[in-house]
Amino acid sequence: MGESSAKIETRELDAYFGSNKAVKGIDIKVKANHATAIIGPSGCGKSTFIRCLNRMHEVVPGTRVTGEVLLEGEDIYSRGTNPVDVRRRVGMIFQKPNPFPNASIFDNVAYGLRMNGIRDKAFIQEQVERSLKQAALWDEVKDNLDASGVSISGGQQQRLCIARAMAIEPEVLLMDEPCSALDPIATSKIEDLIFDLKNDYTVIIVTHNMQQAARVADWTAFMYLGELIEFNKTKRLFENPEEELTERYITGRFG
Amino acid sequence: MNSKGFRKRMIKDRLATVAAVACVIAALVPLVSILVDVLIKGLPQFSFEFLTGTIPPPGSDEVGGIGPAIVGTLAAIGIGSLIGIPIGIVSGIFVSEYGDNLFGRTVRFVMDVLAGFPSIIIGIFAYLVLVVSLGGPNAFAGGLALSIIMLPVVARTTEEALKLVPTSLREASLSLGVSRSATIRTVVLSNGKPGIITGIMLSIARITGESAPLLLTVGWTAFYPTTLSQPMASMPVLIYQFAISPFDNWHDLAWGASAFLILLVLGLNITVRIIAHGGRHLFKRRR
Amino acid sequence: MNNDEGGPNDPVHNGWNPPSAKLDGLRETLNHLILTSDGRFQLFCGALAFSAVAIFAWVVGYLIEGAFPVLDSMGYKFFTGSTWSFDQGIFGALPFIGGTLYTSAVAMMIAVPISVGIAIFISEIAPKWIGTPLGFLVEMLAAVPSVVFGIWGIFTLRGFMRDQVEPFLQGSLGFLPFFEGRTFGIDKLSAAVILAIMIIPTISAISRDALKAVPTSQKEAALALGATRYEMVGTIALSYARSGIFGAAVLGLGRAVGETMAVTMVIGNVNSFSWSLLDPGQTLSSLIAANWWEAPSGTVQQSALIGVGLVLFVLMLAINVVGRILLSRVTKVGRVRVE
Repeated sequence: MGESSAKIETRELDAYFGSNKAVKGIDIKVKANHATAIIGPSGCGKSTFIRCLNRMHEVVPGTRVTGEVLLEGEDIYSRGTNPVDVRRRVGMIFQKPNPFPNASIFDNVAYGLRMNGIRDKAFIQEQVERSLKQAALWDEVKDNLDASGVSISGGQQQRLCIARAMAIEPEVLLMDEPCSALDPIATSKIEDLIFDLKNDYTVIIVTHNMQQAARVADWTAFMYLGELIEFNKTKRLFENPEEELTERYITGRFG
Repeated sequence: MNSKGFRKRMIKDRLATVAAVACVIAALVPLVSILVDVLIKGLPQFSFEFLTGTIPPPGSDEVGGIGPAIVGTLAAIGIGSLIGIPIGIVSGIFVSEYGDNLFGRTVRFVMDVLAGFPSIIIGIFAYLVLVVSLGGPNAFAGGLALSIIMLPVVARTTEEALKLVPTSLREASLSLGVSRSATIRTVVLSNGKPGIITGIMLSIARITGESAPLLLTVGWTAFYPTTLSQPMASMPVLIYQFAISPFDNWHDLAWGASAFLILLVLGLNITVRIIAHGGRHLFKRRR
Repeated sequence: MNNDEGGPNDPVHNGWNPPSAKLDGLRETLNHLILTSDGRFQLFCGALAFSAVAIFAWVVGYLIEGAFPVLDSMGYKFFTGSTWSFDQGIFGALPFIGGTLYTSAVAMMIAVPISVGIAIFISEIAPKWIGTPLGFLVEMLAAVPSVVFGIWGIFTLRGFMRDQVEPFLQGSLGFLPFFEGRTFGIDKLSAAVILAIMIIPTISAISRDALKAVPTSQKEAALALGATRYEMVGTIALSYARSGIFGAAVLGLGRAVGETMAVTMVIGNVNSFSWSLLDPGQTLSSLIAANWWEAPSGTVQQSALIGVGLVLFVLMLAINVVGRILLSRVTKVGRVRVE
């Protein structure tokens, strides 16, 4: 993988909960405009790891991060870098859909824009429509934009959250098991969406579902007990893993 | 998006944090001022004479003390506890264990309303019931008023303590063929005991500082009481009367009594906290 | 939040019980209550629990009965009249209703913003090791007895108000009718400040719980979209906790309206109403406390004071009922989050 095309790169990244080390010395380079999956058994630190990539890990009291995370070559943990700015550039989709219940569908998508001081109504309108279309939700909600963000189905809510994240045009989209709370039909819609998104965004998706990783990701990383065991092209990792641990995991012998 | 707007947002964020800190300081300054005031002016009064002596005449050089007020306060608290605590605990048991019906919800609601009652109204009530019938201010009327103030506090904390007892424990007892009432009296009550004790202490702390109902019911005297059906001094009423009087020696006694009262009430409250926290740690270790 | 209610086809609610079955059920319940030891225990607990309801009814009954003579002699003028004279036997409670509402309103204007600020600081800004002891300290303020607030008010707060705050207010806002007159320190403003200090612990503690009940997922969603902490609190957390904070404020108002001794000691006990906060005044409860022993039992003077207690009770009840309703709504939201 070429040095120049790394969108996000971590160096010696450790993450702690109190004295408990959840992520141990991870070095990884993620390519721009590709989808990268992170797989591994539950509790292996994969969610914690991606929460380090937009400084959401430190939101939880008692946590700590050491090492470097380079976003286009600049360390997001360096002194003088503002977490608010980082989070605007690196968006995040959570496990459970979390639209704001007391805001309309429209206001949910417009939230990030308004927070960033954009007052131009026409622009907001345009951006909301574009994001909802991109999230393949527009046709389902266009007549209903004033309805509450929680009045739609779970799968639609998750696509709303994706639209909300995309409205502020982040460079990277982190997805933390985005389909774990959804049924198979809603899941396949989100997977199709991820497949399209990776043309314009750098997508990093955490999943416990290996088929999902194989379907949507170009690159796949396998984590175990907080460590990065193997990182390779998805096809290669699933068909011909280099590490024995990876092979045992993908063939279902543990985890 | 533009960096000027971004800097503005960050400045707003900082200013908001500063404002929140200012709010905290605004609340802590009076607390510290009260404590410092009461302790500096009150603690020097403390002596054997202060705790046991009788109340001196206004403006005199006699040292005197607040003994009668301490006795009166203890008498009123004692009578209040004797009535309020048992009824409160049993009511709490009822609401927690049998209260899932209209009557239970009514009791709970009335308890809530009673807890929010202005204490002076309860003072009026106790006066009409016991001062009028006994022909003058007395400790029983004060005790009655205090018991009504305690009742909802004890009932509510008992209810909450019992609701925290895990269902599995009740089921274990019931599955051994123990009746529901016996289960409540043994397993449920013994597991809820720390919470109930906390509630009792909180309710005593609450009534220790109550002044308005005592002002209306137990009256005032400068001497030690001999029976409970005669007027009595009490610390809150003493502080009130002496603070608004123009005499320096009475002011000193009022500060001394304030220090005594505040140490008592804060002591009770802090003990409750320590018990509650200790209990939680114990619980954690057990798991 | 989506509370799953039982649907209309819930089998339990679908059956119709013939009256005879109802009677059988009643007989069974009574047999259980009287004949079994379980039932007798339940009955015993229920009987004592009923005492709360009985006391409540008894208090209200005595208040109404006690207030009857003055209502009989004054009529509606008891509520609308603005003259109060023990000697002439004229009793109009309006100045005290006004005094109570006015001082409480000013106290709320001071206490609510400060309390919400404290709640935000403790739940959103401070690390746990600062927030927890700080919350404890603020709550200690609630444990300070009313008379101790009163004596502190007379000897410490009064001087500060008279020499610092009131001259400043008069200097900058003296053209307003609220700050006319002499700066004396024993007045409605001092009473309102003391009330504010006394209700801050209540309002801040409940607001803090309401803010803590805001789902983490909501806060994280806002932060992940690049909102600053201030923007997250302002747009998401506060709007989520809105009804809880409102309920907290209503409960605080209830406390302020009923508070007696501290107010009695600093308000100046003048039986008339004025808009200037620097004038002394009187509230419903301070009137009762300051004059109770001046009115022998059985006289119309005492009846007038009991009538004032009745007015206070009605005011209180209205505030409390509204507050409880708002609060129960909030705890429901909190419970959903816990599950």
